[in-house]
Formats: sequence, structure tokens, C-alpha cells
Amino acid sequence: MHIPDGYLSPSTCATLYAFAASGWYSALRRVKRMLASRTIPLISVFAAFSFVVMMFNIPLPGGTTGHALGVTVAAIVLGPSGSILAVSIALSIQALFFGDGGITTLGANCFNMAIVGSVVAYGVYRLLSARAEVKSRRRVLAAAVAGYVAINTAALLTAFEFGIQPTLFHDASGMPLYAPYPLHVAIPAMMIGHLTFAGLAEAAISAGMVSYLQHADIGLLRGVRDGPPTPLAVTVQPSSSMRLWWVVGVLMLCTPLGILAAGTAWGEWSSADLAKPASRAQIEAASGNHAAPSSVPAGLRKLSALWTAPFPGYAPRFVKSTAFGYVLSAMFSVGLFLLGALVASRLVRRTQAQEPPS
Amino acid sequence: MSQHSFVESTLRGFARAFSQALISEKAANQPGLLQRLDPRVRVVGILALVISVVLCHRLSVIAAGLALTVVIALASRLSLWLLATRIWFVVLGFTGFIALPALFVTPGSPLFLVPGVHLSVSVQGLRAAVLLILRVETAATLTTLLMLCTPWAHILKALRSLHLPAEIVTMLAMTHRYVFLLIETANQMFESRQSRTVGELSGTEKRRMTARTAGVLLSKSVELSHEVYLAMLSRGFDGEVQLLADFRMKALDYFALTAFLFASCLAVWTGL
Repeated sequence: MHIPDGYLSPSTCATLYAFAASGWYSALRRVKRMLASRTIPLISVFAAFSFVVMMFNIPLPGGTTGHALGVTVAAIVLGPSGSILAVSIALSIQALFFGDGGITTLGANCFNMAIVGSVVAYGVYRLLSARAEVKSRRRVLAAAVAGYVAINTAALLTAFEFGIQPTLFHDASGMPLYAPYPLHVAIPAMMIGHLTFAGLAEAAISAGMVSYLQHADIGLLRGVRDGPPTPLAVTVQPSSSMRLWWVVGVLMLCTPLGILAAGTAWGEWSSADLAKPASRAQIEAASGNHAAPSSVPAGLRKLSALWTAPFPGYAPRFVKSTAFGYVLSAMFSVGLFLLGALVASRLVRRTQAQEPPS
Repeated sequence: MSQHSFVESTLRGFARAFSQALISEKAANQPGLLQRLDPRVRVVGILALVISVVLCHRLSVIAAGLALTVVIALASRLSLWLLATRIWFVVLGFTGFIALPALFVTPGSPLFLVPGVHLSVSVQGLRAAVLLILRVETAATLTTLLMLCTPWAHILKALRSLHLPAEIVTMLAMTHRYVFLLIETANQMFESRQSRTVGELSGTEKRRMTARTAGVLLSKSVELSHEVYLAMLSRGFDGEVQLLADFRMKALDYFALTAFLFASCLAVWTGL
């Protein structure tokens, strides 16, 4: 699953680096808030552990062996944020020092395996082991299922990234410029190996380790993230969250840049666009001179009447300036997101408070 | 599968990691071209070349990039046999295996029909397979050149100079250090278990043994992290990372940086 350099186009790599960077940033902030100055030694040694576990040959049913990622155990013990950092560091060492996985594809590999892998593994484990005793068999089963699902989700993402390459990046003669197989070939080819071998290896090592820890070191299953406060604990400075607010503010002020883009985004046409001759000409030009439908499709006409947006085209009706309308829309959306996040965090806190201590 | 083959293959993997690290250390101390350059120039230059190779679509330009890489390797006193065994054969085996079906499944003008089976190789399929293999070979060789010619500590310092956060650089450095300690620990655990095992183990028992070893390693890792943390506190660590950056650019470094960037721009210009 470690994608080498050259399989993905630079734009795919850049997009996945951006996704991974946002995951790393929020994970680092959360881990520093929980572990303070213990972050660096704990994540470093755990990353080294993840690296070594990836080298273990896991015996599988049928006499074969497979390699695991160790992302599930990392997510169970460290929590998703710690696991994202530890597995990303392990993958970086593999790429930079041992040449396993590429440099341009490091963002993709970390996004698939460390970020999505950790979040899925942690989510499935918490879901299946909810309200279970720390020593219960259900936790072992939950770890196995979490490992299996996490690896296969990461593999599916990898297959998807491979599969979109020939469609998006080919030359005039149709020759694929990067990974050459379309989705209908890449997904089965990737998933067969992971549904049978790699997924089982991760399930086996995760279940085995949780079972071992239940008997030998139960404290780790309660999570090292809840360790005792350290004497030299460094708390997160309020200035770091201020920086984020500044970035959000600047981005909101930049939203009127959208006005500079001419025309309508491909595929985002309204019934009115399809009815006007000038917009129809633009649609046909943007679609490789394929003729637009002769009339507005009946389904589109029917569904477009279902909902009228309060700020159509990011321009509230009561605002005359388009640029100010953009900024106002951005402020309204950020406010909605904040409200949603506040409600979600209150709900999560209430659920956690109701859960019996394990 | 023989009785202990899964243990032996794990042990072989550990030995390979040690061997690769030793070879890299030896190569990094050779008086070659890359070794003489400032590590920041090496990191930026090689990274620029890798990106340009990934951007290129023309076979001839990527082939020229591979030729340039070989010249740099020879000037850095690296053996071509080392590159062949460590990179070229491995990539050819792996990527070649992946690219092989593309010869037949990529739609396009038929080039020739494989006798005996009703399969035809398309021009587009052949070009796509060669392009993929050549690009992966070139990018992997460039990355290996950087790793072989630059001690890990210098790569990290160079990354820090390029504004990678100090916490990340410190974690990469510490992880690298403890990887070898934990490999050694795991190696000893597997060896001692193997030396005490007589007779056939069932599949379940083998899996249990592997999971227990990983579990013990996890407990040891967490304990080790506590010890490392206490050691850091005793040396005055207060959560802020301080790293020294004592590199000095010379005339040769500026010349090499210009050459790397020029070659990268030329490759992108002619290869797109």
C-alpha cells in the first residue's frame, strides 16, 4: 500500500499533501494539549514501535504470512491524534531512510494509512467496544474488526487514487501518464490482496495485542493519553488559536476573489443557464462542443424548484455590493460551522460523561 | 511453510534494515560529489529533480534524467551494482509486475499480437508501461542517492533549515534512533523464542507468539518513552525544541544548487 513516486500525478500528490497537512496540524495541536511536553518522546518511541511492528511477518491461516500496519493498536492506545502522528512519522522514516514509499507520495501514504486508517480504526473500535469492560472478549473482537476495516478502507482509498489517474491524466492518444489502470481494474486488484491477506494480518495482530494487553498491561488499554500530568507540562498558548482565527478572517476577506472567475463551474448549471442561448453556448464550449439538451431536463426543472437558497449565488438579496455579499456569506457559513461544531462537541462530551468508567 | 520461516523472515528483515543503515553510513563518508555539497543543497536539489521527473511525460527526458542520476551516482563513488540490487531490480520486479497487464488492457492501436493467446499489445499500453517503470526507477534512484550520500542527522538539519517544524524534526530524529534499539530488542525476543521452540507450532500458536512479542515490545516502548522523557527533563527540556544549524554554503554549493534547479526546470520545460 506504500505508493512509490511516479504512480500519482503531481496534482493528486499536492491535493493529498494538503489533506494530510491539515490532519497533521490538528493532530499535533490535540496531542500537545493532552500530553504537553511528553508529546515528543512518547510519539517518537511509539513511531519507532509502529515501524518495527510493520516489519513483523504475521502467520496467517493457510500457511502464508502478511505484514500489518499496527495502526489499530496505535489508535487504541494513543487515540486517533497520537496514532496519526506516530504512524505518519514511521511512514516518513520508511520513505526517507529506507526508500519504502515515495517522497512526492508521502502525503498520500500518510493520508491513506495514518490519517484515515487511525480515524477508522479508532471509530470502529469505540463503536464495537462501547460500554464493554476493559477485559471483555468484545474488545478483542472489536480490535480485530477495527484492524480489518481500517486496512481495507486505506486500501480502497489507495485504489481510488490509482484508479482516477488514467481518467484524469492521459495524453492526446489516450496513453495513461501515471498509474495505468481505471477504477474497475484498480479497485478489485487492490482489494483482493487486502481483503484476504493484509486485512487479516492487521486483524490478527490487533486482536492478539489487545488480548495480550488485557492480561499483561491493562493500563495501556485505558490509554497512555490519560497519563498523569507532568511537572513541567506546557499548556497550549492562547496565541496559537488566535493565529487560526486570523487565518479564517483573512480567508473570509479573500472570498470576493471568487467574483474574478468567469462563467459557471462545469456541471453546476441551473435551469436558467440551460434556457439562455448565451449560457448554452458557454456550456457547449466547456463540454468539448457536445450539444446541450434541447430543453431544460424535466427532472432538473422539478427538483430545482424544491429549495430556494437564502443567499443564492453567495449574494443575499438585501445586499447591493457583490463583494460585500461574498464576505457576508462567508461570515454566515463560518458561524453555522461553529454552531454545528459547538453542538457536536457538547453532545460528545455528554455521551462521554454518561459512559461508565472502564 | 517451514517450521519457523515466519520468524526467520522477520529476522532477515531486521538484518536487512541494519545492513542498509550500515551501507548508507559507509557511503555517506565517501569523498564523492554529493557528499561534498551542503546537505540543504542535496535535499533541495534532489527534491527538485524528483518533482520534475514526476511532472515529465516524455520518455526521452525521463531517460536523460536517469542517465544524469547515474552520472551523479558515479561521481559520488557509489557502486552501480549497489544501486542495481537495492533499487533497479526491486523496482523492475515490483513496478514491472504491476505495469505488465497495462500492455494488454490499455486501449489503443494494436502493435503486435501475442502468438498462442488472443492478446494484442497496444502502442499506448507499451508506452504507458515503459513510462511508469522508467519514472519510478528514476525517482527511486534519486531518493536513494540522497539517502546513501547524506547522514540522517544532516537530512533532518536540512529539513529544519527549510522550516519543517522543530517538533517534527526532533520526532523524526528520535524515532530513527529508537527504531534500531527496538529492532535489536525484537530481534533478541524472536531469537530467544526460536531457540526455545522444539517441534511444530500450530498456526494459532504462531500468531499468539507474534502478538505477544509485539505486546511486550509495546509495553517496553511506553516504558522507554517515560525514561527518555525523564532524561530529557533532567537535561532541562521544557517543551521547546532547540536545534543547531551550522551549515555554511560555499561557492561549489551555489553552483550545484543552480545546476540542480536548471536541470529540473529544463526537464519540466522539455518533458511536458
